[in-house]
Amino acid sequence: MAEGMTWTVTDGDKLTQAEIYGEVLSQLGDTYPDLIALTADLATSTKIGRFGKKYPERFINVGIAENSLFGMAAGLAMAGLRPVVSTFAVFTSLRSAEQVRTDICYQNLNVKIISTHAGISFGQAGSTHHCTEDLAVMRSFANMTVIAPADGFETGNALVAALEWPGPVYMRIGRGFEPPVYKDQNYPFAIGRAITMRDGRDVTLIGCGVGVLQAMRAAEVLQAQGLSARVLNMHTIKPIDREAVISAVKETRRIVTIEDHNVYGGLGTAVAEVIVESGKACAFRKLGVPDCFSIVGYPEDLYHHYGFDSDGIVATVGELMRLEIEEDEDWEDEV
Amino acid sequence: MSVSAEEIKGLQKKAWDIRRTIVETTFTCGGSHIGGSLSQTDVLVALYYKYLNVDPKRPDWEDRDRFILSKGHGGIGWASVLGDKGYFDKALLKDFNKTGSPFGMHLDALKVKGCDASTGSLGHGLAIATGLALGARLRNKSFRTYVMMGDGELCEGTVWEAAILACHHRLDNLTAFVDRNGLMIDGPTESITTLEPLDRKFQAFGWETLVIDGHDFAAIGNAIEKAWTIKGRPTVIICNTVKGRCVEMMENVPEWHYGGLNSDLRDKALACIDAHYTKLLG
Ligand SMILES: Cc1ncc(C[n+]2csc(CCOP(=O)(O)OP(=O)(O)O)c2C)c(N)n1
Ligand SMILES: [Mg+2]
Repeated sequence: MAEGMTWTVTDGDKLTQAEIYGEVLSQLGDTYPDLIALTADLATSTKIGRFGKKYPERFINVGIAENSLFGMAAGLAMAGLRPVVSTFAVFTSLRSAEQVRTDICYQNLNVKIISTHAGISFGQAGSTHHCTEDLAVMRSFANMTVIAPADGFETGNALVAALEWPGPVYMRIGRGFEPPVYKDQNYPFAIGRAITMRDGRDVTLIGCGVGVLQAMRAAEVLQAQGLSARVLNMHTIKPIDREAVISAVKETRRIVTIEDHNVYGGLGTAVAEVIVESGKACAFRKLGVPDCFSIVGYPEDLYHHYGFDSDGIVATVGELMRLEIEEDEDWEDEV
Repeated sequence: MSVSAEEIKGLQKKAWDIRRTIVETTFTCGGSHIGGSLSQTDVLVALYYKYLNVDPKRPDWEDRDRFILSKGHGGIGWASVLGDKGYFDKALLKDFNKTGSPFGMHLDALKVKGCDASTGSLGHGLAIATGLALGARLRNKSFRTYVMMGDGELCEGTVWEAAILACHHRLDNLTAFVDRNGLMIDGPTESITTLEPLDRKFQAFGWETLVIDGHDFAAIGNAIEKAWTIKGRPTVIICNTVKGRCVEMMENVPEWHYGGLNSDLRDKALACIDAHYTKLLG
């Protein structure tokens, strides 16, 4: 954390990710006099409006015009400002994908994008407002850093880190009202470095976003069944923490990924790439939305329906535990 | 044709029912885009109960008129009309927003009969409607395409791309409505991004442009019928409306873009609606 960049929230465990985001951003306004916040008629919903209330002269609401939102952010960055942009994940990553890629990433501009309502966390709104593609899309943009913080505290920490990180950053948060996984913000957070939430020998659960909470809950249940699950909080999808994945392969030989995203292209795919490139054998499953447009409903019901809540993870681990895995202490004989 | 005094009474009674359903469904579903659903209601009622050539028993009939709610967040208001028309059992609305229900905040054309396009992402409807209207002409079909947009939605560039295209292709079988309630989520349209002079903008894009009171059935009817007579270009009907119409605490209040109702607020809202129509209908 850079000098002087501190933030505080009261009752942080009762706030949503977006609420903490809006609050922390508004506390960073004096640290970054060049910070300018932008949204497209979602000041209230994304909570970026809190910054606008405090610094109206450094806040731009472009109306419902996402393409111009990201185009203007590029221009403002080129003019020497430090834009922070918020809208819903689906509009950032799909509607305005080209502005983000070509105007911002191609020119490697210092634009920080914090998108809310990611995954199927806005369950009742339906697929027009769900976004189970953003990690896949954003991960494929050169120069882009992609972060999915686990809870509100991590959202604050990630925002602070992102502002000090060079180039474009995409951060996605849910709409969720889930309890936080951290008790406060005081733990070491660094972009690109996974956090071991608990250690284990039998299986590694790698989650991002709300997937971390689900993994922690599953690990408790597994422990009661006599299984020791490691839980990794892979908050940074890109650049991914390769060492953490490879250690998990070697030490637990079984990996399950958990994300509120299509199972194609997101965290699971990123982890799979590392596993395959390592040449090491590992039993592996990806949990998330199974390549479909989600049904409508409450997020917690949907997570259960698609099998990436604690129950789904426990069942999947059970399946992996039944597979025959050749115990191999000697990794040298493998490619 | 025009709308007779008696027909107007009938439409007002329907609008009364629909507004009540919107409030009741908002209560049971936990929250809805109620403000914009109430502002759009009279135009939807005029269309579905007088003008649209549709048959709820044959929702896929190829010659039906098409209606697209481009401001898809008005889905609860649209579903209230579709249910009343008999596209599906109205009682199903009690499951609105519930897990596994066919009805989410934004209607899904594959799940809700009568919903001609899945909308919810603003700025898509006019281009889809332009394609439908052009498709009708290419296939020698006489159905008409109607689309309703929000005024905040007009910020989207795609609206104006489609406006250019519809005019270029001389789509006189296309009628667009703008629900000009003056508000988007974060406040008044004119304080966020100036839209006025809106009529002159559409005129400059080549559209026949009518500006009416969007809660006056005679005016709505006349405008719809006028559009039928226009040749060689599409028509836009800018409907001046009140967001939250008929529920006093919601009228022109941006915060009621989206909201939930407890039983007290529901009763208050219903009483407001009943008072409005009792006075109107005598
Ligand atoms: C592309 C897109 N951006 C943002 C939103 C979020 N959103 C939903 S409703 C709304 C405001 C719409 O205002 P308006 O079009 O005036 O509709 P109305 O006032 O009739 O509710 C916004 C920004 C969206 N649905 N689609
Ligand atoms: Mg409006």
